[in-house]
Amino acid sequence: MAAENLTTTSYIKHHLQNLTFGKHPDGGWGIAHGAEEAREMGFWAIHLDTMFWSVALGALFLWVFHKVAKRVTSDVPDGAQNFIESVVEFIDNNVRGSFAGKNDLIAPLALTLFVWVLLMNTMDLVPVDWIPMIASGIGIPYMKVVPTTDPNATFGMSIGVFFLTLYYSLKVKGPIGFAAELSMQPFESKNIFLKLLFLIPNLFLEIISLISKPISLSLRLFGNLFAGEMIFILIALLFNGGWVLALMGGALQLGWAIFHILIILLQAFIFMVLTIVYLDMAHSEH
Amino acid sequence: MNINLTLFGQTIAFIVFVWFCLKYIWPPLINALNERKKTIADGLAAAVHGQQAQERGEQRAVEIIRDAKTQAQEILASAEKRRNEIVEEAKLEAKDEGERLVGAAHAEIEQETHRAREQLRGQLASLVVAGASQILDKEVDAATHGQMLDGLVGQL
Repeated sequence: MAAENLTTTSYIKHHLQNLTFGKHPDGGWGIAHGAEEAREMGFWAIHLDTMFWSVALGALFLWVFHKVAKRVTSDVPDGAQNFIESVVEFIDNNVRGSFAGKNDLIAPLALTLFVWVLLMNTMDLVPVDWIPMIASGIGIPYMKVVPTTDPNATFGMSIGVFFLTLYYSLKVKGPIGFAAELSMQPFESKNIFLKLLFLIPNLFLEIISLISKPISLSLRLFGNLFAGEMIFILIALLFNGGWVLALMGGALQLGWAIFHILIILLQAFIFMVLTIVYLDMAHSEH
Repeated sequence: MNINLTLFGQTIAFIVFVWFCLKYIWPPLINALNERKKTIADGLAAAVHGQQAQERGEQRAVEIIRDAKTQAQEILASAEKRRNEIVEEAKLEAKDEGERLVGAAHAEIEQETHRAREQLRGQLASLVVAGASQILDKEVDAATHGQMLDGLVGQL
C-alpha cells in the first residue's frame, strides 16, 4: 500500500515537473532531476519543454497563417483560406466590438493570443502519458506538454500585455493624465483639500487594480488549464487499477476531454477578450 | 512550477509572434476580406442598378408600344379617310367620265343620225327620181328635174 502510494505520488509529481535546464548548486549546468533540484536552481533556469512546445505551437500558427496570407485572394477562397478568414473575421468582430479606439496593433495581437493560447491549451487533449513516454524513450526525463499549465508561460504573456497597457496609457493620456487617472479616483471631490486627502487611498486602490489585471489574466488561464490537466492525470491513474477502473477511466477521460474542449476554447477566448478590454481601457479617457 | 527565466523567454516569444503577425499575417488577410466585402457590395449595387435599368427599359418599352399603337390607329384612321376620299373622287371622276361618254355617244348618235338622214335623203331623191322617171317615163328630163328634186331634198 505504501509502495503504491509512493508510485502514485511520484507519478503525479513526475507529470507536474518541467524539464528544467539550469545551474546546479554545485556549479555544473544541466537538467534538474526532481522538483528539489529545479527549485534549487532558482530564477536562472529555463523550462525547456514549455519553451519548446510554446514556440513550436506559435511557429505552427504563424506558419499556417502566413502560408495562407501569402496567397490570399479576394476572389473565391479555397478551404484553407476560408477557415483562416473565418478566424480572422471572428477576431476582427471581437476587436471592433470591444475596442473603441483606433490601433492597428490590437487585432493582430488578439489573433496571435487567441490562436496561440488555443493551440497550447489543445495540447491538454493529448493523452497525458503519450508524449512523456516517447520523450523518456529518447532519454528526456520530464516533459510537460501543455505550456499554459506553466505559470511562466501565462505570466510571460500577461506581462507583455501589461507593458502594452502601460505604454498606451502613457502614450494616449500622457504622464499627467495617467497619473491623474491613478490618483483622482475612485474617491473624487471638488475640494482641493479633500482631493489631496484622497490621493493616497486612490493611488493605493488604483495601483492594486492595475497590478491585479495581469495577475488575474495569467492566473485564470493557468488555473483552469492546470486543474484540467490535473484531472486528466488523476483519471490516468485509474488505468492502473484493474480493468473495471480502467473502463471507468476511459469513460471519464472521454467525458472530461469533451468538456475540456469547451474550457480550452473559452479560456483562449477570455484571455483574448480581456487583453482587448485592458488595452481599450488604456486608450480611453475617464 | 517555479518562476524562472522561462518567463522572459515566453515574453520574448510573445513579442516576436505578435510582431510577425502584425507585419506579415494580419494585413494581407484583412485586406483581402475588406476587398471582397467591397466587391460584393459593388456587385449588389450593380445588381440593383441593373434591375432599375431593366425596369426603366420595360417602362420605355410599354410607352413605345403604346405610342406605336396610337400611331397605328392614327394611320388606320387617316387611311380610312383617304380611302373614302379616293372613293369619292373616283365616283366623281366616274360620273364625269360617264357623262362625258354619254355626251360623246349622244353626239355620235346625232352625227350618225344626221349622216343616215343625209344618206337616206340622197337615196330618197334618187328613189323619187327613179320612181318619177318610171311614172313619167321618157318625158322627164333627168337633168332639169334632178335639179328641182335636189332643191326638194334640201328642204327636207
